[in-house]
Amino acid sequence: MSFLLDKMKKMEPLFEKGGRFEKLHSVYDGFATFLFVPDKVTTKGSHIRDYMDMKRTMTVVLLALMPALLFGCYNIGLQHTRAFGINDWAWTQMFWFGFLKLLPMIIVSYLVGLGIEFIAAQIRGHEINEGYLVTGMLIPLIMPVDVPLWMVAISVAFAVILGKEVFGGTGMNILNPALTARAFLFFSYPGWMTGDKVWIEGLTKGGGLDGFSGATPLALAKLDGFAQMPSPMEMFLGTIPGSVGETSVVAILIGAFILLLTGVGSWRIMVSMVLGALGMGLLLNAVGGSEYTQIPAYYHLIMGGFAFGTVFMATDPVTAAQTNTGKYIYGALTGILVVIIRVFNPAYPEGTMLAILLMNVMAPLIDHYVVNANIRRRLKRVTTA
Amino acid sequence: MPTVIKLRKGLNIRLAGKAEKILLPEVTVTRFGVRFADFPGLVARLEVQEGDRVMAGSVLFHDKAAPEVKYVSPVSGVVREIIRGDKRVLVEVVIDQEGNEKINFGAADPLKLTREEVTSKLQQSGLWPVLRQRPYHIVARPGVVPRDIFISAFDTAPLAPDIDFALTNIHGGHLQSGINALSGLTSGKIHISTEAGGSRVTEMKNLKNVVFHQFSGPHPAGNPGIQIHHIAPVSKGEVVWTVDLQDVVSIGRLFDTGFYDRERIIALAGPGVQHRNYHRITPGASVSGILKGNLAEGKWRIISGNVLTGKKITSEGSFGFYDNMVTVIPEGDYHELLGWAGPGLKKFSYWRTFVSRLIPQKEYKIDTNLHGGRRAFVVTGHYEKVLPMDIYPMHLLKAILTGEIEMMENLGIYEVAEEDFALCEYIDPSKTEIQEIIRSGINLMIKEMN
Repeated sequence: MSFLLDKMKKMEPLFEKGGRFEKLHSVYDGFATFLFVPDKVTTKGSHIRDYMDMKRTMTVVLLALMPALLFGCYNIGLQHTRAFGINDWAWTQMFWFGFLKLLPMIIVSYLVGLGIEFIAAQIRGHEINEGYLVTGMLIPLIMPVDVPLWMVAISVAFAVILGKEVFGGTGMNILNPALTARAFLFFSYPGWMTGDKVWIEGLTKGGGLDGFSGATPLALAKLDGFAQMPSPMEMFLGTIPGSVGETSVVAILIGAFILLLTGVGSWRIMVSMVLGALGMGLLLNAVGGSEYTQIPAYYHLIMGGFAFGTVFMATDPVTAAQTNTGKYIYGALTGILVVIIRVFNPAYPEGTMLAILLMNVMAPLIDHYVVNANIRRRLKRVTTA
Repeated sequence: MPTVIKLRKGLNIRLAGKAEKILLPEVTVTRFGVRFADFPGLVARLEVQEGDRVMAGSVLFHDKAAPEVKYVSPVSGVVREIIRGDKRVLVEVVIDQEGNEKINFGAADPLKLTREEVTSKLQQSGLWPVLRQRPYHIVARPGVVPRDIFISAFDTAPLAPDIDFALTNIHGGHLQSGINALSGLTSGKIHISTEAGGSRVTEMKNLKNVVFHQFSGPHPAGNPGIQIHHIAPVSKGEVVWTVDLQDVVSIGRLFDTGFYDRERIIALAGPGVQHRNYHRITPGASVSGILKGNLAEGKWRIISGNVLTGKKITSEGSFGFYDNMVTVIPEGDYHELLGWAGPGLKKFSYWRTFVSRLIPQKEYKIDTNLHGGRRAFVVTGHYEKVLPMDIYPMHLLKAILTGEIEMMENLGIYEVAEEDFALCEYIDPSKTEIQEIIRSGINLMIKEMN
């Protein structure tokens, strides 16, 4: 491997100030530090530092996303066979079909997003931030499979530039970038983000079985009542139409396990969000009223993007509340809001996305009050002493 | 029996290379130095020139803001060099030791002296700077009567020396005199914090005029700042002092014998030294004496102090004014292929992303590599886990970075020192220089409040 290092070292001057490829320094640095942890030593403060860095943090999240991603590939194929009446595909075939469909989305997302990140890092003279590695994977997973690639590209550009870089890059953004991308498409091209066609590969181009509906459970609840809803078990396993990575609660739970085991994801947010949604659901069940309020409370946890949003979106440390107490409040309110939006707003099945984005905006306010309580405790000490 | 204050937050870094509890005979060195960086915030006025003869206790420089606070030579000899850095900023006064002349400041029973007399003796003799104050963690400002004085009798930092062992071996019998001198300086009490179970040293157990507290828990439980926070926190407008236990002995020695003598027992630790033992040393002495022929093969970083808060010095460098150990660890200037990946069996970490958390080893070699690149703050909720204080570290840091004085004050800047945040800096995946930020915040407060 020293051969690789030598090669890299030899190239380095080309990318330094005054070198031929000076303008590509951030790109070089990004790849070089990916290959080799640099030889930089501590110069001030603590002489030793933990082996943990941003690359490893983001890698753990990517790892946690894998089960949802893999199941998503399989499910794309599965839904396709159901819609078009194909009976003779093995599961490997379904998986491969979905994989080939998802891969271009991932490539487009990374090319556009990382491209912008590289340029931003170059302009600022910063190192590349690894945040987009996760965002770039999240975006395809929360899109309908049939969304055109150019839409993926512009939503990524919108999210990275206006959602993140204008605020100063990863760590400074207010809204979750992946959800910003989705919200952008949702409001700009609603026809491609809702309905009963986009969730299944090929259905937007016509064809498919007569009378087949590719609607998601949430949409079904709104459109046709509950008669056509899939069983809770199907929703839990994820063999239903929906955004690529959101359908399988099982796969998402494996991801949640990885995030919690490594301590990278916040259990406070996950637990309180589940409890918030469950509580609100039960409350509405008790109050009664319309058909929607009667959706069994636990359905909210396995329908739509709730599980995915709880595990991978609401827990984004940059846009969530930052204090521990704040995290409980933030999570619970997000959970409650998801259910409120779903139940009382017939136009939007997108409860999770909107609830999280709204709470992203509220998070600093929640922290403000939590921190203020700490300040009051400190001031009280002076007056009572 | 005092109740044990149990701290659960914090982290013990299981560093390899603990010092064996054997005190080696004293090694003589001739190079001594007093480093200005040991006293943050100090603006010094020199009182000597290169070539001047000094005795142990002769004034080298004083504090411009408080001329009565003197900094003295630890030994007799000749001022060889006054080292200056960029923009002629003072770095170090270097003294070549010659002879053994000491200034006699006069022995006295501190209990029979007034507060002014005790103060003036400490200031004249140059021992005053061993008293440090909170807020700000700087040399105590004269003219302020501290609410309380806090002494930590144990050190939880990585590879830290056993204070009981040091106390047993120090030329003893002066501890009570030191306490007596301090007791006249505060309007409140002298608080001594020990590990759960208390000190094993008889001299400590029999101390009078002090209040004992017991702490259990991982580092930074031994930091006086943490102990103050749990015993009687510093609020706005209050001042408390902290003193190192071995310096209480130095104070006692001054009153018992009349001489400035800060000889102390320190640990020499870390994988870079072959014989890891305890040594008798005077702060300021070159570490070349204890390191000579003792360094292992390889490229090492020599640290005066512990790995979290100490200062990098050369193999000739001076032992720091407040330190109680020398640590030698490997330099980390190498490239590691895909170092951020991999299970990390042999990598000690706070983070559970490393297998070493599941299958821990007894001790780990850790080098000075940064293990990553500088990033903006991203992860949350983890600084809190290694800072056993009712303080929101992230918010305090952000208040400092944006220079919001009132917010810093509200969030507890008066209670903290950079050493209390050292573990936050250690675990940070964004590699933020947290201790430097805290010090810059403290400096800003000092500037704004005067």
